[in-house]
Amino acid sequence: MIPELGHYALILALLVALVQGSLPVIGAARNDPALMATAVPAALAQLITIGLAFLALTWSYVVSDFTVLNVVENSHSAKPLIYKIAGVWGNHEGSLLLWVLILAVFGAGVALFGGNLPERLRARVIGVQGWIAIGFLSFSLFTSNPFARVFPPPPDGQDLNPLLQDIGLAFHPPMLYLGYVGFSIAFAFAIAALLEGRVDAAWARWVRPWTLAAWICLTAGIALGSRWAYYELGWGGWWFWDPVENVSFMPWLMGTALLHSAIVVEKRDALKVWTILLAILTFGLSLLGTFIVRSGLLTSVHAFAVDPARGLYVLALLGIAVGGSLLLYAVRAPALKAGGLFAPVSREGALVLNNLLLATGAGTVLLGTLYPLFVEAFGGGRVSVGAPFFNLTFVPLMLPLVAIMAVGPLLAWKRADLAGVLGRLKLAFLLAVAVGVGAFWAERAQIMAALFLAFAVWLFVGTLVEWAERVRLLRAPLRDVWTRARGLPRAAYGMSFAHAGLAIVVAGMVGSTAWKSEATALLAAGQSMTLGDYTLRFEGVESAPGSNYQSDRATVVLLLDGREIGELHPERRFYPVQGTPTSETAIRTTFLDDVYVVLEEGEGRGRWTLRAYHEPLVPWLWLGAAAMVLGGLLSLSDRRLRVGAPRRARAGSALAARTA
Amino acid sequence: MGRRLLLLVPIAVFAAVGGFFLWGLLADRDPSAIPSMLIDRPAPDFALAPPPGVDVPGLTSEDLKGNGVTIVNIFASWCLPCRIEHPVLEGLSSAGNRVVGIDYKDKPADLQAYLRELGNPYQRIGGDQNGRAGIDWGISGVPETFIVDGQGKVRYRHVGPINPGDLEGRIQPVLDALKRAGG
Repeated sequence: MIPELGHYALILALLVALVQGSLPVIGAARNDPALMATAVPAALAQLITIGLAFLALTWSYVVSDFTVLNVVENSHSAKPLIYKIAGVWGNHEGSLLLWVLILAVFGAGVALFGGNLPERLRARVIGVQGWIAIGFLSFSLFTSNPFARVFPPPPDGQDLNPLLQDIGLAFHPPMLYLGYVGFSIAFAFAIAALLEGRVDAAWARWVRPWTLAAWICLTAGIALGSRWAYYELGWGGWWFWDPVENVSFMPWLMGTALLHSAIVVEKRDALKVWTILLAILTFGLSLLGTFIVRSGLLTSVHAFAVDPARGLYVLALLGIAVGGSLLLYAVRAPALKAGGLFAPVSREGALVLNNLLLATGAGTVLLGTLYPLFVEAFGGGRVSVGAPFFNLTFVPLMLPLVAIMAVGPLLAWKRADLAGVLGRLKLAFLLAVAVGVGAFWAERAQIMAALFLAFAVWLFVGTLVEWAERVRLLRAPLRDVWTRARGLPRAAYGMSFAHAGLAIVVAGMVGSTAWKSEATALLAAGQSMTLGDYTLRFEGVESAPGSNYQSDRATVVLLLDGREIGELHPERRFYPVQGTPTSETAIRTTFLDDVYVVLEEGEGRGRWTLRAYHEPLVPWLWLGAAAMVLGGLLSLSDRRLRVGAPRRARAGSALAARTA
Repeated sequence: MGRRLLLLVPIAVFAAVGGFFLWGLLADRDPSAIPSMLIDRPAPDFALAPPPGVDVPGLTSEDLKGNGVTIVNIFASWCLPCRIEHPVLEGLSSAGNRVVGIDYKDKPADLQAYLRELGNPYQRIGGDQNGRAGIDWGISGVPETFIVDGQGKVRYRHVGPINPGDLEGRIQPVLDALKRAGG
């Protein structure tokens, strides 16, 4: 009964989406307030119906209703409750339902909090959201019904892939989807602006919080995913340039560019045509991710089950959404008025350079991801593109980006004095050179690592200098500095946190790739192995039953200079239902490094293989990512965005005067 | 005019990429197929003793030369897909094909129970407890199956379980072609 109600709610949602996608848009075109007024209730009805469908599926998982095919294939009665719930989105059908649910949440968000939007803009934005909902709801209902029944019901389910039974991964897809789908709002705003034929500062100020919210979620989602890959896969790495990782990274790069170019539109009324393109491409890349993961076009460790019919359906959706909007763009963008002028050396100039580098970076990742497909299409056989390609192409592009990130915030709008700004960054430059030379001295072979570390220091110190300049630290009396520090807008702190966070992330990347060491040994109880400065003493393995698995749990004592400093318990788990073993790594984290131990297969006579990694600075990756997310949240809470956008200027001139 | 053309670039690029996607979906291709570096090269050198308690001899690379077409199946008792493909191997063996096995990272007792339960289609089994031979063959997981010709050269690689469709569509044609060519 409950699954049927869910199915029925999903069908209703599609019907609501048809209303939402047509009436408000027609109303906006005819300037008919009655038709436009349907937008808000339609968006809310959308949320309620999809919410009911999602609850129905979750219910089926929680009570282990094995008459529902989706539950049979992805759950098991002995699974812990949290993973039963996470199982809802651990598969193609359920994750699609989560996707449309988040879309509905954002749509309802615009309906509820968009009271200060002009009526026509809001109607159009919600209408475009409706179009996207039509596409994905029909995809779900016609090709991937999550409520399909199975008869006769099997006695128990097939369980979720044990690698996915993990708390970090339980929250990874929802965060990622909040990011992907959040960019649909920026996309809807862009389409609405093209339909309306105008983009102005007010428009940019409405788009920014939504883009920022999506960016925060995507950043957190990627960080969670890479953290999961780090501790769960047991390879000691956190990023593998796998197609599925790349498709989450590309919208992030584009979205970051969008975030920055929207500032230029807001403050300077320039870069409008480019910003619209970025909004379309960012969401387009999010859709591309959905397409690649679900079509089986490229091989990947986390692709969903392959079905050509589904692949064609998503490709058609992608073609209509991205192709249609780019066509609209080509036709309508010339009508957008070009705005404020600026000199190449200016805040705008730095942001343009930032945008070009980020977009080129995204293009490089796209090329690397799709290159195997291109080669194969021309009969070149099968190739795979991995880390060496990206290290040679993408990574060098990020050096100038990091370099200008420290300079940009100090530049003035319109025209800036580069020499003066570089003079103010003297301290950052000296510290960066000192650290770079020191790192090179310590390890000659790692020249790239030393270079990147120097850039990270440059960015970190440069960001601090910018803040210190703003509050006049060391130049004004302390009381004055305090007043200024409190008076700075939260968006300024957001920027500082995000930029400094990236510097920390870069340092973490350098440490954990360049200075990583690893060791493997076959040990009997009581024997030891060395890992860098550390010694690991293997104490033995004991077997213990878990909730839905069997576990072999090892005890490893960690010694530094002959002193015991900790105990690690790597495990091997065997999940009988899926018939697969997994290894649970044991990690000892300090602020500066991780010791990472994996228990491999035993040889049956009391000896076990242990694999261990020493990863310097790796905790900084998550620390830096957390700082970036915090920066985003601070910026999102800025009064300017909370109070909402100013009323639209009747003439452009009033705005330019106010925001200069 | 130049500006208008510039604005058409995104849609043109997208159309081109979309074309590749369409080809990728419609062309008869298997994205998970990975060609083996071993194709048309001699099988790697290895010498594996039979796992304890198994009543067939072990397997070495010499056994693959001069004995006609051989199907080398890399399997393990802990691997579920291996169970699924087992009947197909039984069928190949009883149809007169020479099937040999490499038992990958397995416990002898588990292997004995596996063969007792499902039957033994293998003329020879090499025990690869430490997975060394698996690395030499370049496997990405179990099961994997290679077809080796009479000269000991690898002619075909199949990743994953052989289902009945694979047998008809892929494995049998290779076997027939090699047999026609005289092993």
